Amino acid sequence: MAIDSQVVARVAHLARLQVDEGEREALSERLNEILGMVDQLQQADVGQVEPLAHPLELSQPLRDDRVDEPDVRDKVLPIAPASEDGCFLVPRVIE
Amino acid sequence: MSSSLFNGWEVVIGLEVHVQLATRSKIFSGASTATGDEPNRHASLIDLGMPGTLPVVNKEAIRNAVRFGLAINAEIGRRSVFERKNYFYPDLPKGYQTTQLAEPIVGPGEVVIQLDDGSEKTVRIHHAHLEEDAGKSLHEDFHGMTGIDLNRAGTPLIEIVSEPDMGNAEEAVAFARKLHAIVTSIGVCDGDMSQGNMRFDVNISVRRPGEPLGTRTETKNLNSFRFMEKAIKLEVERQIDVLEDGGKIVQETRLYNGDTNTARSMRTKEDANDYRYFPCPDLLPVLVSEEDIEALRAEMPELPDARKARFMDAYQLSDYDAALLASSMATARYFETAADHGGDAKLAANWVMGDLAAKLNAEDLDIAHCPVSAEHLGQLIQRIKDGTISSKIAKQVFEACWAGDGSPDQIIESQGLKQMSDSGELEKIIDQIIADSPAQVEDYRNADDAKRKKKIGYFVGQVMKATQGKANPQQVNELLQEKL
Repeated sequence: MAIDSQVVARVAHLARLQVDEGEREALSERLNEILGMVDQLQQADVGQVEPLAHPLELSQPLRDDRVDEPDVRDKVLPIAPASEDGCFLVPRVIE
Repeated sequence: MSSSLFNGWEVVIGLEVHVQLATRSKIFSGASTATGDEPNRHASLIDLGMPGTLPVVNKEAIRNAVRFGLAINAEIGRRSVFERKNYFYPDLPKGYQTTQLAEPIVGPGEVVIQLDDGSEKTVRIHHAHLEEDAGKSLHEDFHGMTGIDLNRAGTPLIEIVSEPDMGNAEEAVAFARKLHAIVTSIGVCDGDMSQGNMRFDVNISVRRPGEPLGTRTETKNLNSFRFMEKAIKLEVERQIDVLEDGGKIVQETRLYNGDTNTARSMRTKEDANDYRYFPCPDLLPVLVSEEDIEALRAEMPELPDARKARFMDAYQLSDYDAALLASSMATARYFETAADHGGDAKLAANWVMGDLAAKLNAEDLDIAHCPVSAEHLGQLIQRIKDGTISSKIAKQVFEACWAGDGSPDQIIESQGLKQMSDSGELEKIIDQIIADSPAQVEDYRNADDAKRKKKIGYFVGQVMKATQGKANPQQVNELLQEKL
């Protein structure tokens, strides 16, 4: 898939990244180069290979169902831009 | 796929059900899952998405998901993988939800539902996956801002995704109820829908029979069976209206308002690709061994269908009664306790499905919050059985017990509701009534046996009136026959 400046703008929006219009052309060129490399990888025959979710041949350690985290509210609320009545405040979310 | 047509349209319904798992701590952190506390008291650094923190999976969440898989005869994912679903919303601090996609913990399974006409239908489960819940956005009381409470963030959920196997609202509700019965029976969820511990999203589309599937809409977050049924009917009607007027259905998410029985479009559904899923690099694949699975299978509690069979067998209940009483864990537990305390299963069944259900329904209460305890209903049944009160007076005692006037025994005692067992006193009343009603007595004595049976009703009624219903009807009948 070829990436143009429109795709760059869309992906940037989804990731909430600010990408100025002037940068989009150059970015799309570099992304296309990366995708070119991916295309090369796509040509490898992996029919016999299991999909890999993680490079380590390990499985997830599990923890017991125990409550052991401290209450940090009084430490984290003051560092938020705004808070009130124990809640973090954000600009109004309209649905 | 579906059985019934609406104006020549076939309705296709699939459900996505979020079930909050009853663990003590969250899925990826040791913060408490308790509800009802002050905002953000249970939001740990991991739940807040602080840099440098790493998630560790809660063993019990995995076990609960496997339990559910076993209950619906599903393939258990021996190896399941957590992925990141990326989107921005203030109640999702990390900027992604940790969930599963390609390799979920529960694979295809099935749930058999019972329909009102007595028939059964199998609804296939596509899969069920583990994920974390988001926090809560509070829109009121923050003078134009939105308040964020992250106590719920990171609470473990399983999302159960059905195949589009349901053809009308009744089937969808029967399926939802059955799922509720299953998860509460195996104890993986408390099933409290008023707290949002089980939430239903309904995918609906319509088509002409034989045509490809129509465009679907999703109605989200239905938290009662009644609303679910209404919301489905409403959306089916809307889609048919739009299509018959030559319009098109837009794929969108809709929000149902139970108070007004209306729904509105919330947002047009983002493309699945927009979430840019990828395997979560912070979490390794979760492995479930054969031994783990077999151990969980061995300690599996009784499932609703097995419970129904046992009720029929142990309590001699009809298929219908047993199905109804076994349909939810809370109802089943209530019934069994009442039956054991009352010593009469049939009476207990009649009360639970009759007066109790009617009263709960009228006050929109769940049986788990019933003001009359199962033990008290059992006591009431005992008093009916041993002749202390008539079944008519029992209703009066039940009402008083519901109102909080005490236990049935206390109410019977304090309100003097005991059946009159002293035949001397009763005889006096009967003699008086006979003396006061010469015409009716004459009429009765001139009638033949068949008619007498009817005519005696007048006297029984008078005696009941005079004793305020406290006389034992059988005893009254016998005495009357004797004296007349």
